[in-house]
Amino acid sequence: MSEHSWVRRDCDIAWCPGCGNYGILKLVGETLAELALDPQQTVLVSGIGQAAKLPQYCNVHFFNGLHGRALPPATAIKASNPGLTVIAESGDGDMYGEGGNHFLHCIRRNPDLTNIVHNNMVYGLTKGQASPTSRRGFVTPLQVGGVTLEPFNPLAVAIALGASFVARTYVGNAEHARGILQAAIRHRGYALVDLLQPCVTFNKLNTYQWFAAQTAPLPDDHDPADRVQAFARACEEEPLRLGIFYRQEKPVFEEQLAAYTDDARPLYERQVDLARLAATMEAMG
Amino acid sequence: MHSSPSSELNVVLGGEAGHGLQTLGLVLARAVIAAGLHVMVVNEFMSRIRGGSNSTTLRISTRPVRAFSDRVDCCLLFDRDALGRLEGRCTDATVRIGDPAVFGGTAGMLPLPLQELSTQAGGALFANSVACGFLVRLFGWEPAPLETALRRTFGKNDSLLDQNLAAARSGWEAGAALHGRFALPVQAAAAGRRLLLDGSQSVALGALAGGCTFISSYPMSPATGVLLHLAKQAEAHGLVVEQAEDEISAINMGLGAWYAGARALVSTSGGGFDLMAEGLSLCGAIESPLVVHLAQRPGPGTGLPTRTEQGDLEIARYSGHGEFPRAILAPGSPEEAFACAAHAFTMADASQSPVIVLTDQYLLDSLCDLDPLPLPATPPATHIVATTPDYRRYAPGPDGISPRGIPGYGAGLVCVDSDEHDAEGRITEDFGVRIAMVDKRLAKFRPLREELSLPPRLHGPADYRRLLVGWGSTAPAIIEALAQVPLEQTAFLHCVQLYPLPAALEDYLRRAERIIVIENNATGQFARLLRGETGCDIAAQWLKYNGLAFSVEEIAALLREEEQR
Repeated sequence: MSEHSWVRRDCDIAWCPGCGNYGILKLVGETLAELALDPQQTVLVSGIGQAAKLPQYCNVHFFNGLHGRALPPATAIKASNPGLTVIAESGDGDMYGEGGNHFLHCIRRNPDLTNIVHNNMVYGLTKGQASPTSRRGFVTPLQVGGVTLEPFNPLAVAIALGASFVARTYVGNAEHARGILQAAIRHRGYALVDLLQPCVTFNKLNTYQWFAAQTAPLPDDHDPADRVQAFARACEEEPLRLGIFYRQEKPVFEEQLAAYTDDARPLYERQVDLARLAATMEAMG
Repeated sequence: MHSSPSSELNVVLGGEAGHGLQTLGLVLARAVIAAGLHVMVVNEFMSRIRGGSNSTTLRISTRPVRAFSDRVDCCLLFDRDALGRLEGRCTDATVRIGDPAVFGGTAGMLPLPLQELSTQAGGALFANSVACGFLVRLFGWEPAPLETALRRTFGKNDSLLDQNLAAARSGWEAGAALHGRFALPVQAAAAGRRLLLDGSQSVALGALAGGCTFISSYPMSPATGVLLHLAKQAEAHGLVVEQAEDEISAINMGLGAWYAGARALVSTSGGGFDLMAEGLSLCGAIESPLVVHLAQRPGPGTGLPTRTEQGDLEIARYSGHGEFPRAILAPGSPEEAFACAAHAFTMADASQSPVIVLTDQYLLDSLCDLDPLPLPATPPATHIVATTPDYRRYAPGPDGISPRGIPGYGAGLVCVDSDEHDAEGRITEDFGVRIAMVDKRLAKFRPLREELSLPPRLHGPADYRRLLVGWGSTAPAIIEALAQVPLEQTAFLHCVQLYPLPAALEDYLRRAERIIVIENNATGQFARLLRGETGCDIAAQWLKYNGLAFSVEEIAALLREEEQR
């Protein structure tokens, strides 16, 4: 398994030189290799945007669907075949903006999947508009007077909803990021990784230097089982803390489905039981 | 062909929501089946949980009935609002039954002391069984068929059953003076079991017969019934059932499920289907199979949430940006609803395209007695292949159909992308590949139009000159009306597959001198589709759009006008 090359070497990559996505691609490839995952049993699901192109550059099964809609198919893929390792990844506009409702309800469902959100606080592919995580005052060609909206705080929201794993990391700190991604994929249940990255083309405010200066690890005494403390630290903006804010064991969505009560087979191995269907019809009528 | 009064009876129950009219209708229908007769139950109700004014029409006959008749032979009224609301359907011949405690001495009304008798039987809960006993006496029956129906309905709870049996008996006793007022013959029960199913149950059973293993939907009338019926079968039939947070999620879950090898259904109504438009387009782009149940109700906007219409054919046809194949099936009866739902899975799987089963509130909420629905001899074949290391999801294939692999089954990678993609599923902006991929997708129209299609059904002489054309739930009323008013050289073409038009349909249209299209909408959406696709000349359109289905009488009146033309 260690021989599998998760990252493709021969493709034309659509990212700008210096983009944080290169670092994320490398991290994802290294993490999947370190976890020795079976490429035949691993699926990447993404939406639309520069971040969402990541699966294109991997040797992996992928479902590259609609903008904002990575989590519903990811949930369904896991529910249809619980043996698969499912990773849903996309950008901050995709996951927190267009797909905001799915983000909320995916956390409530708690499927066993990893949700990696590339968070560069700006829209890249549509050329530089504000994202849900843009800071107040951030000036863009569209928000010409600066952003006036409160930034979306994905960690605080996830903790408030009782997410089973909530973490933030930064692409510029590769060792930290690898550790977080490994822990998230190993975690049983929904795992959010808010992955900070700069956009070198459209975000001149939140740069490599800015992230380096504005981020700091969670204090050594942070207890990921303490939800109130986790929420308080998720609300801090200076610095933006990195690490596992919150973690809890809770029932997993697909394991509670009635479809698996007496039958562990994935759905594709099943066929309708016609005798049982005849009995169902008789009882219904 | 007009039925004699002794062989057919229309009983209407009128009251407010919360009276349990639908349960009363169900018990009475079961009694009718136990008496060896046939029945259709049509429910019309307001969009509210309590109050308002609703009605349930039972059409009881010595022969199978599939169409709504708006004649009222007998109506049982639970409140004064019902009297006003049903007045338009009543004639001098209509017998009205009501509780003197509610109606006082209303002239000409047969008294049924419902409150008094149900209080004696144990409370208002038992009013329905009292009413059933009374009505059965008017049919001239012994209590036995009704007791069979009550056992079927309350059999799990002995004390509740006993109380209902006693209540029914008291109603039956109270009707002694009117015994046989509407004499209906008790027939030897038909050989084999007769089922009593509504359209929603038929769609749900059809989905199971089609191998459905996954349903994700957001509740919306009148589409919710299918979701509820399948939810009850989740464990028995190994089905994943999920209430999605919205319709956008529902359809995207459905696509994820098919990608992973499940056979998914989403059930929705017009407003929810609007939200699914982008997902439907994604389905076309990634060439996923998908079955969508689109249960029509009158729009625009929220419209009439609990009423019926055939107003969503055009969104079924046009929804979703870009050009990609799809199929639309519109069943006209519970039997067809079952067959279409099952076939939709075969069609979707074989063509890797979305298939929309287009029903409406009238079809879904109406009950009929029917023979057990025909199950296939073997489970439906699945088209999933085990992938090889060189697998390419969009490799060229006959009719544009590539072998469909799924992740975790085989040695290859399954890559699907909503961007234009090459054979491997990787993003491309190569213009040549673009053309090849568009052509590949559109090539799937041919099998949808030919070997996978459901042909139209002709009722009447093959050498017709005048052709009535209808689709979906209007069929039974048209067939019955045409039998009552048999116009010369006139046939009816019932279209089940509305898109793409089956190859056989154009030939039927070409042979007609005068085409009349009948639709439950205001603008003639199917007529427009027929004109656009075939260039045929449509002489007249019979349209209805007040929120109710066509009755046999309405179609018969239109046929008489046509006869005078």
